[in-house]
Amino acid sequence: MLIRRPTDILPSEITPREFFDSRRDFIRRAGLGLAAGAALWHGLLPEARAASALGPLLAGPYGTDEERTPYDAVTSYNNFYEFGTDKEDPAKNASRMALEPWTVRVEGLVNKPRTFEIDTLRKLAPLEERIYRLRCVEAWSMVVPWVGYPLAALLRAVEPQGSAKYVEFVTHYDPQIMLRRPVLDWPYTEGLRLDEALHPLTLLTFGLYGEVLPAQNGAPLRVVVPWKYGFKSAKSLVAIRLTDKQPATAWNKAAPHEYGFYSNVNPEVRHPRWSQATERRIGELRRRRTLMFNGYAEQVAQLYQGMDLKKNF
Amino acid sequence: MNLRTPSARQIAATKAFVFLLCLLPAVLLAAGWFGDTLGANPIEALQRGTGEWTLRMLLITLAVTPLRRLTGLHWLLRLRRMLGLFAFAWACAHLANWLWLDLWFDWTPIAEDILERPYVTVGFAAFVLMVPLAATSNAFAIRRLGGRRWQALHRSVYAIAVLGVVHFWWLVKADVLEPLLYALVLAALLGMRGWWRELERRRQLAAGTPGSPQFKGKVIRIVPR
Repeated sequence: MLIRRPTDILPSEITPREFFDSRRDFIRRAGLGLAAGAALWHGLLPEARAASALGPLLAGPYGTDEERTPYDAVTSYNNFYEFGTDKEDPAKNASRMALEPWTVRVEGLVNKPRTFEIDTLRKLAPLEERIYRLRCVEAWSMVVPWVGYPLAALLRAVEPQGSAKYVEFVTHYDPQIMLRRPVLDWPYTEGLRLDEALHPLTLLTFGLYGEVLPAQNGAPLRVVVPWKYGFKSAKSLVAIRLTDKQPATAWNKAAPHEYGFYSNVNPEVRHPRWSQATERRIGELRRRRTLMFNGYAEQVAQLYQGMDLKKNF
Repeated sequence: MNLRTPSARQIAATKAFVFLLCLLPAVLLAAGWFGDTLGANPIEALQRGTGEWTLRMLLITLAVTPLRRLTGLHWLLRLRRMLGLFAFAWACAHLANWLWLDLWFDWTPIAEDILERPYVTVGFAAFVLMVPLAATSNAFAIRRLGGRRWQALHRSVYAIAVLGVVHFWWLVKADVLEPLLYALVLAALLGMRGWWRELERRRQLAAGTPGSPQFKGKVIRIVPR
């Protein structure tokens, strides 16, 4: 039996850097071409790729140079329970979601509540590429090159009031095309404390690998909070609401003893089903140790000073 | 083929056919592993696949008695040992995948899982309980133990199946549909046995005292409540 060592990831599973870089160049040129409205490009580019490319992109801060998880794995191994609870289900079913028109309400305790068209929202701030680790509570992890801008840019634009303490995310729910069984209390909601939401790591995300988000990854926009378990990073957002009370969150409602409000990646806090001490990076054979705050402790630990993270898990 | 009373050769052929059929999912899973078609997390897919087949084979094994009773095809009983051993083989594969490919024989997290995670505890208990059944699945053990004691021991398969379903139920995060299906099938299989036992008890009560000579050596006595 062929047992691959961690270092022997199949070459086919890795996107070679040159390929990735050249594709980035290609995408960047494609994006510029479109922006210039050069009709020539239109005929030359493969339709789908041209339509899905995001660019040009700034290289964002806090990136990791760890090996990126292959695009195919990032887009075929997903938790998006509205489209089925097997990992392959979302890739099969999420394309039924109509992505246009799409608007996002930003409301609640803000001075300038506003409903954004998705295209307007995408242009609110310059798009950056952020290569983040993603750690699922099920003890697997990925490295994903996301595209977006800090959520703070949007929140500042709507001017949070002094009384605002939390941010609630409400996600798309359409019983016609999604799982109707009450697996979770739909629509899926998530939440952050306002200072967590304003943290520069918290990304309002529109794409991955330089392209618009595939439906199964939370198109057309999601939030990505890299120091928390994946389920905190709500997908396919339709409303962002500022509140003075801690919002109820979907997983916390379903099993409060297992999924706390904070859900920070924490190898010390045990879970009844998965040890959080180690994780399997997708594409690797052996587990690796899980880092506190998913390796972002230097950036975020001060947010939780004086808190008992075993109680506030 | 005479369905009711097949010849020894026909039974042997049926056994060989069922054996190959039982081997098929293992071949498919192995092909998926070596052909790299098990998805982005093949170790998890293997863990899940071996676990599901353990449960399925357990339920198929438990279906032999009701099926035999419903159809009157008594030779079905002669497939049961093989089916049960396949369930055990899948359980071994499931355990091996967990110990080896998942945790690389790192005993601290293994012990931690068994002691701290209720779903692992019951799954592990189910495996431990299967070992004596597999070990006594040969004719020698039946002779050595005596039919009655052997049968009593092998009734622990009911507990094993229940633990197996609980193991699956406690493992899923929120969607209990799949474990629920297994639980319903198991409940039906055990329910039929309970119902027939109850009928037998009533029949014996109507016929007279179970201890009376007329029953001697004829039926399995069922103690009245």
